[in-house]
Amino acid sequence: MLYDFNILTDNIHQYLTGVLPPVWVMLVEMALVAVAFLTFFTLLGLSLVYIERKVSAFFQLRLGPMRVGFWGTAQTIADVIKLLFKESTMNKYADKFLFNLAPFIILTAAVMAVGAIPFANGLHALDFDIGILYVTAVSSIGVIGILLAGWSSNNKYSLIGAMRSGAQIVSYELSVGLSLLTIIVLTGSLQLSTIVESQANGWWIFKGHIPAVIAFIVFLIASTAETNRAPFDLAEAESELTAGFHTEYSGMKFSFFFLAEFANMFVVAAIGATVFFGGWMPFHIGNWAGFNAVMDYIPPVIWFFGKVSVIIFIMMWFRWTFPRLRIDQLLTLEWKYLLPINLVNILLMAFIALMGWHF
Amino acid sequence: MEEVTSLESQEYFINMGPQHPSTHGVLRLLLSLDGEIIRKVEPHLGYIHRSIERMCEYDSYQQIVHLTDRMDYLSCHINNEAVCLGVEMGLEVEVPERVKVIRTIISELNRISSHQLWWGVMGMDLGAITSFLYGFRDREMITDIFEETCGARLTMNYNIPGGLMFDIHPNFQKRTKEFVEHFKKTLPEYDDLLSNNVIFRERTVGVGKISKEDAISFGCTGPTGRASGFSCDVRKHDPYSAYPQVDFKEILAEEGDCFARYKCRIDEMWESLSIIEQLIDNIPEGDYKVQTRAVIKLPAGEYYQKVETARGEFGVYIISNGAKSPYRLKFRSPGFSNLSALNKMAVGGKIADLVAIMSTIDLVIPDIDR
Repeated sequence: MLYDFNILTDNIHQYLTGVLPPVWVMLVEMALVAVAFLTFFTLLGLSLVYIERKVSAFFQLRLGPMRVGFWGTAQTIADVIKLLFKESTMNKYADKFLFNLAPFIILTAAVMAVGAIPFANGLHALDFDIGILYVTAVSSIGVIGILLAGWSSNNKYSLIGAMRSGAQIVSYELSVGLSLLTIIVLTGSLQLSTIVESQANGWWIFKGHIPAVIAFIVFLIASTAETNRAPFDLAEAESELTAGFHTEYSGMKFSFFFLAEFANMFVVAAIGATVFFGGWMPFHIGNWAGFNAVMDYIPPVIWFFGKVSVIIFIMMWFRWTFPRLRIDQLLTLEWKYLLPINLVNILLMAFIALMGWHF
Repeated sequence: MEEVTSLESQEYFINMGPQHPSTHGVLRLLLSLDGEIIRKVEPHLGYIHRSIERMCEYDSYQQIVHLTDRMDYLSCHINNEAVCLGVEMGLEVEVPERVKVIRTIISELNRISSHQLWWGVMGMDLGAITSFLYGFRDREMITDIFEETCGARLTMNYNIPGGLMFDIHPNFQKRTKEFVEHFKKTLPEYDDLLSNNVIFRERTVGVGKISKEDAISFGCTGPTGRASGFSCDVRKHDPYSAYPQVDFKEILAEEGDCFARYKCRIDEMWESLSIIEQLIDNIPEGDYKVQTRAVIKLPAGEYYQKVETARGEFGVYIISNGAKSPYRLKFRSPGFSNLSALNKMAVGGKIADLVAIMSTIDLVIPDIDR
């Protein structure tokens, strides 16, 4: 198959086994993966911050950053340098250990989740047979970081923000999980690579009838809530709680929260793209061999990032258009609307799968 | 150490402000909270007190005009007008028709620009940051007109006792008409972006209710009072300047909630546009001011003049003993009375509701704390 990264990774592996003992092979490979991920993470953060600023600017009739670099492209780098040099202040009565630990927990959760995402055929750090379960489990560790940040800051605003966030993420995880389950009914596997391959002749959002579309909409709403982005940014709620759970943070520790938000946004967009839009799988229509062959010439990485960007753009669109929900309305939306819709939707999908009505 | 024996919730306090994004200035609210639910709101003032009323006792009447636009800076022209009308009342000077019409047009422009800023900030308080820049896009055209007319964009000082500081710029009518045409197209966008948004409705409808009786007893005026059904438009009940000759509706609503207050202001912008349209082609020829003496001395006595600012009834109460400065001068600012109803509106709601309520009261802190 065209653009198969397995060939590349196998070659590297064979070369290393030829020159090094097995333990060293494993260590070198781990180091290589770590370097690759850290580089990717940095680039991801830099580019997403820039994209967010530009998208918000165009929504708001302005140009956004324009001065530093061509069209402001170096603005984010300048911001990072500023953040590195900023003093990292701490509340006198803060719990020092937990206060310093919290940003790392959030960032670690985000990095761990990125690890399971299939970027292209063979470009995949962890290919578990419980991939979806792993991603949802790992990304929910982030809420512990938020709770710790709010608790250890010794600030009432932070605590309110953290408590809101706890209630919110625990609730919306159900919807994210159930909407993903709707598609898993069709694939019969939790492994992300299998899910991608099962969409070789059409993406699930097209093949799965209306339940798949409903599941995608629910997933989009719930995952926006899970990443704590507007209209569900109650944990930060700038106009109510000044900055919510990270009010007391400054400098690099603050930027870890910032980075984690963007990384989480990427993770949910990537999972959405993988499960509903075929991940790196090109756009194929049934048995149109000629059309499918043309589509195969576009590299899978471009397909993957194209789909992810569309979902990220929709999430940014939400953020720069909608007002924020109130905490009770947020929980009402989840428990009274999304969850029942989701449960009925799964039954419907199971029925469709049972009758073999899907394509 | 005291042991916690039960799981009963405990009330706690939060200082919201004086530095807080949604108190719109240096207002400090002492919130008594039970979880997220508000039990009591106590506004604490004094962070930008400049003793303007005391300063007025040492200033000449021309100088007092300049102090008023440092109070409610968003309705600066209307505030100026109140003092000028009061002084003109005392001097028994009748200003030319031209002055009256120009004052009315600029007052209405001022009202629109104030409401535009309020609309943008309201969206931002509820978390929709985009509305802020939409509001400012249209406000920019008005501030440009002001800049061309009198050189200042915010604190204008265009009024003087006896008339206006200068005549209008030759472009004034053309640019104002351009603005009216432009704003008629963009005002429906405000509804598209916020008013018809389902989350916005959820956040405002039924939130922060205040009854007509309460609104009257707290002295709520302006859109805050009118949204509860309290007919209090000074332009209708006690017309001044050119308001007797124009045809406009007093916007009233019954609900008294945040959405009613929001809707009142949006509808008021339409009414203001209609007032400007009626007057802009009919500016009479004539002088732009009546020459007053360099040192104005009001005859001994008491004078009260009220006007309708973007926030409600603004009153100037002058006690003169015949000297060049007033013996005592008292401002009745709409924001102060409207703020007093905050506790009534917010108790029982959530923190997020309080932000929505403060936004729809349209607080300008220098107006409250002068």
